[in-house]
Amino acid sequence: MSRLPVKKTYKLFIGGAFPRSESGRTYEAEGQNVARASRKDVRDAVRAARAAFGGWSEATAYNRGQVLYRLAEMVEARVSEFAELATGRDEVERAIDRIVWYAGWADKLPQVLGGSNPVAGPYFNFTVPEPTGVTAVLAPDDPPLLGLVTRVLPPLVGGSVVVAVASETRPLAAIELAEALATSDVPAGVINLLTGFRAELAPILASHMDVNAIDVCGADGQAAELEELAAENVKRVVHGRADVQSPWEIASYLELKTVWHPIGQ
Amino acid sequence: MAELDRKKDRALAPKDWTYAPAPESRDIVQLKERYGHFIGGEWLEATETYETISPASEEPLALVGQGTQADVDSAVAAARGAFADGWSALPGSERAKYLFRIARILQERSREFAVLESLNGGKPIKESRDVDLPLAAAHFFYYAGWADKLEYAFPNRQPKPVGIAGQIIPWNFPLLMLAWKVAPALACGNTVVLKPAETTPLTALLFCDVLRQAELPAGVVNIVTGDGRTGAAIVDHSDVDKIAFTGSTEVGKLIQRRLAGSGKKLTLELGGKAANIVFDDSALDQAVEGIVNGIYFNQGHVCCAGSRLFVQESIYEPLVDKLKRRLETLRVGDPLDKNTDVGAINSAMQLDKIKELVAAGEAEGAEIYQPPCRLPEKGYWFAPTVFTNVAQSYRIAQEEIFGPVLSVLTFRTPEEAIEKANNTPYGLSAGVWTEKGSRILWMAQRLRAGVVWANTYNRFDPTSPFGGYKESGFGREGGRHGLEPYLRFDE
Repeated sequence: MSRLPVKKTYKLFIGGAFPRSESGRTYEAEGQNVARASRKDVRDAVRAARAAFGGWSEATAYNRGQVLYRLAEMVEARVSEFAELATGRDEVERAIDRIVWYAGWADKLPQVLGGSNPVAGPYFNFTVPEPTGVTAVLAPDDPPLLGLVTRVLPPLVGGSVVVAVASETRPLAAIELAEALATSDVPAGVINLLTGFRAELAPILASHMDVNAIDVCGADGQAAELEELAAENVKRVVHGRADVQSPWEIASYLELKTVWHPIGQ
Repeated sequence: MAELDRKKDRALAPKDWTYAPAPESRDIVQLKERYGHFIGGEWLEATETYETISPASEEPLALVGQGTQADVDSAVAAARGAFADGWSALPGSERAKYLFRIARILQERSREFAVLESLNGGKPIKESRDVDLPLAAAHFFYYAGWADKLEYAFPNRQPKPVGIAGQIIPWNFPLLMLAWKVAPALACGNTVVLKPAETTPLTALLFCDVLRQAELPAGVVNIVTGDGRTGAAIVDHSDVDKIAFTGSTEVGKLIQRRLAGSGKKLTLELGGKAANIVFDDSALDQAVEGIVNGIYFNQGHVCCAGSRLFVQESIYEPLVDKLKRRLETLRVGDPLDKNTDVGAINSAMQLDKIKELVAAGEAEGAEIYQPPCRLPEKGYWFAPTVFTNVAQSYRIAQEEIFGPVLSVLTFRTPEEAIEKANNTPYGLSAGVWTEKGSRILWMAQRLRAGVVWANTYNRFDPTSPFGGYKESGFGREGGRHGLEPYLRFDE
């Protein structure tokens, strides 16, 4: 007699745990029942992210780099699983390489994006990039893994924390990624992944007063409405592309801080 | 001993001195009766006008145009024409030379501009003379040098001008804010439509004269005066590629909303409620000077003003005593008098807003202190004010007053100072006073603000990026970072 396989329940990833949607609702995608996040789930995710921000942003850049590199190791270990959920092995390998590429940026940002400023007076003056804070990411539908990785790595590497809405049509790769995250060293709450209806979740994130930036990459026709909502607390709005790799992507989630001090005896 | 005490008393005595007035002459400024809009290098007669006044005397200075939709349309068309007709394609080295010229002319004519700035805006002449004008010229000089070096500022990114920059500036540093906006925009090869603030249009209008003197091609910079309606017409104009706004958070949000879906680039430099934090080991007299400079500079009409003073509990009494004594020596009065420390409030509207918030502070239970000073009868004036007994929740500790009003709060530990300082939707600037170097850096790392002044306050420089976190806006002005909002990149 053949063995009956144990089937997976597809859940959300909030604060390092895998809860079902508080609403109890699911929707069907890729032939599976996937959690359909609610307004309450979004709020929980933002709270978890905010709670994780202090630790993640104050971690040394070297540490953040290693933690993200470790994530690449965790994804590499699941290449075949991911290959089935993504468009193929090539997408997975590109996603892994992209994580490694960004991991290596963590401890170079202040040198490339900041500097000291030669002010006309007896002051030492320097500018350093700092993370923006809680970032909402609307991942594109395709490619399901590489698109998500492309959009969440830039805020993460700079020290921001993320609440991401996964591909609506192909959410399983995101859930697989959550499992890789849970076994990596990325602290709980630093990245939170929601599945559900983007048109429902996006406005909640765009108008949330404790979200500092929003990437409307996957917003389809909804971007203008979201931008309008984002103005309520002067959010940084990013129009991200699904497949791009650049330090300027990281810069979108950085604030520049300039410090002055007198020079004297 | 008695002799020593007398000497000490004398040292603190200057309160009852009387100063002879030392007014700067107004003759250097020649005002026209009526100004139009500066469009395509020509003066365009305004169809509607309003009166601009001196806030120190309420004396009418000139009639200026209330820019209409048609005026904005012409200005944008002139800017588009100049952009297409050579400005954007001009070698950077040539653009640079125009900007260097402008910097030099501003230096040459700085007294004239300083007098007009104080006359129209109410700020003390020593500030317009020693801060606004030198910095405005320095901004043009600094960005002039960038015009032919952009590919070194952004390696491998092929920087290109954005197109037409619509720029809306505030009334607190009229010419300086113009310089912050116009210099980087031109250095990057853009053309400009700028609207000065409703109450302070005159230095921007005099600046048109500088543009002609510098022989800047017609249409590269266009200046349309007017109130918020004119600003809205610029924001909404479909042929404007980028908006740069400095002003209130309220209007900034409105602009961000209106631009939703437009694809226009946007930078916002908005309000603030900066914490100025004084530790018990700081050099108290220096700190007092920094506190005074932080909040009474330019009548407190400064978005980065240190309007919330956090004092470590153990030095609360001596510090507040010193501060009050220092306030008694501030000279409030004629902006054109070289002795004046605190000038006139910029407008009747702003004075009402200050009065309303100060009344709210008293009603909520804060204790008010104002040094004895005679305020002129005509004009808009408000005495330097300190509130003690302030709770975090009071409106005077939460809302931007934009006037010479300081709220004093206390803290015990560095952690508490950070917690309280960051407890605001704003994040423009902050100050820290301590002799302990490691603590300065610890504090600087944790303050959520774009500019941190340690053992100093309100310093500005063209090389130094300025701008906010959170609801204080986004984008930076100054430094290499100040170029980015005026460029697009083919990536």
